[in-house]
Amino acid sequence: MPQYLISVWHDDTFEVDFSTPDAQRLAAQVDAFNNNLQQAGAWVFAAGLHPASSATVVRSSGGEVSMTDGPYAETKEQMGGFWIIEAADLDGALEWAAKAAAACEGPVEVRPAQG
Amino acid sequence: MTDGLQEVFRREASRCTATLIRVLGDIDLAEDAVAEAFTIAAERWPKTGIPPNPGGWITTTARNRAIDRLRRESTRGERHLAAHRLHTDSMDPDHNPQLDRLDDFVDVVEDDQLRLMFLCAHPALAADAQVALILRLLAGLETGEIARSFMVPEATMAQRIVRAKRKLHDNHVSYRIPRAAELPDRLAAVLAAIYLIYTEGHTATSGQNLTRTDLSREAVRLGRTLVELMPDEPEAIGLLALMLLSESRRPARRNPDGTMVRLADQDRSRWNKALIIEGHQLVRACLRSHQPGPFQVQAAIAAVHADAPTAEATDWAQIIALYDQLYSLRPHPVVALNRSVAVAELHGPAEGLAALAAIAAGTLDTYQPYHAARADLLARAGRRHEALGAYDRAIELTTNAVERAFLVRQRAAL
Repeated sequence: MPQYLISVWHDDTFEVDFSTPDAQRLAAQVDAFNNNLQQAGAWVFAAGLHPASSATVVRSSGGEVSMTDGPYAETKEQMGGFWIIEAADLDGALEWAAKAAAACEGPVEVRPAQG
Repeated sequence: MTDGLQEVFRREASRCTATLIRVLGDIDLAEDAVAEAFTIAAERWPKTGIPPNPGGWITTTARNRAIDRLRRESTRGERHLAAHRLHTDSMDPDHNPQLDRLDDFVDVVEDDQLRLMFLCAHPALAADAQVALILRLLAGLETGEIARSFMVPEATMAQRIVRAKRKLHDNHVSYRIPRAAELPDRLAAVLAAIYLIYTEGHTATSGQNLTRTDLSREAVRLGRTLVELMPDEPEAIGLLALMLLSESRRPARRNPDGTMVRLADQDRSRWNKALIIEGHQLVRACLRSHQPGPFQVQAAIAAVHADAPTAEATDWAQIIALYDQLYSLRPHPVVALNRSVAVAELHGPAEGLAALAAIAAGTLDTYQPYHAARADLLARAGRRHEALGAYDRAIELTTNAVERAFLVRQRAAL
């Protein structure tokens, strides 16, 4: 079955303080969505990510490895988390994506995996 | 191509392509196969005559050619043949006494064209890509023709089409008719894409001519096909009625020298009566369903205009009521703009300007018709200086040469 990446995007300054009621509501919604995915057999993998400022870029060129601090794409919008799901077709993936966007109260992007 | 073949092509190409996409599971393969079948027909039919069921002949020949090709390209072929369980025993359409049964053989489903419409207008595609795919796959236009219609280089249009097909392919978009729950949204996308083709033909967004008849004609043809395929969809009927009623005014929209004539100044005896009658019938048919939608209401507005023997005799109160209904369905500033113009006709330019002023500030600042309408109302209200400024802004914003000439004339007349 085709697999899709559903990624969550927000401002690079976005940080979740899990002690706030807002964050707890979001976490509960995402938990419920994850349960839905698993029960439907659509779940492959998912993770929320630490802020983009925690990222390290690694390059390898001719055996030389270099590392730099910070996210690769220096854009205002960064990926905050993602799901890999299985769906019969794009419409099926979009249906899950609509639920994901509602659960995390923000825009998500759907991209098909190769293969 | 000969005239007969050309006619078969116009009528059958999209139907054959639609079926072959389902049978082969691949847009490019289907397009190539149908093109190949028409090439064979162009060689053969002048000698043998056009077969009794040309569509069946083309579909079967295209299918046979595609199977041959898949066999030659074995790895890809095995996968396709297995996946789609194609009969590998080929059938010669020239030596089949019952040509009508060819349709059974390739399993032609009327819904294939509908599937293709929903595929081309998939909401995951950008509007310009939807329009390009529809013109290419459903209207059977060549990429070069589509590029010329939209005044973009052929390479740009070719890339747009390739990208759109690739997106559908990579995303595993299914070739199906949407389920009842998703149908309203998906149908709205199909209708919007067809109407975009129509309006692009009706008032070309750029270029020297006011209209590009070919695009309007294709849009009307697609609208007719959609109504045939979905006879119970009031919005599909509403869209067709709206296009026909707009088309009815085409002969009066231009002076012999090519300049534009406003609705109020048009010679109504030149309106196409047959299209008005058909448009009215369709408006009545869709209103009977009591499921109002934006296209039906817009068609009803066009019908009220078509009913009036002179501009002065227009039932403006009815038009304002319809715009109110349209605004409740689709609260868009352009709807409020059109309503303001109707208010000015019924209650005078001052009232019209007040209605214009009530539209959220800035939402229409880069919309040329807003400034043109405002300029006209200011001029009629005797506010000449402000009218000149509004015409300047409208002229600055228009990209159509004919429209620009009209606005320049209006400004000069002040």
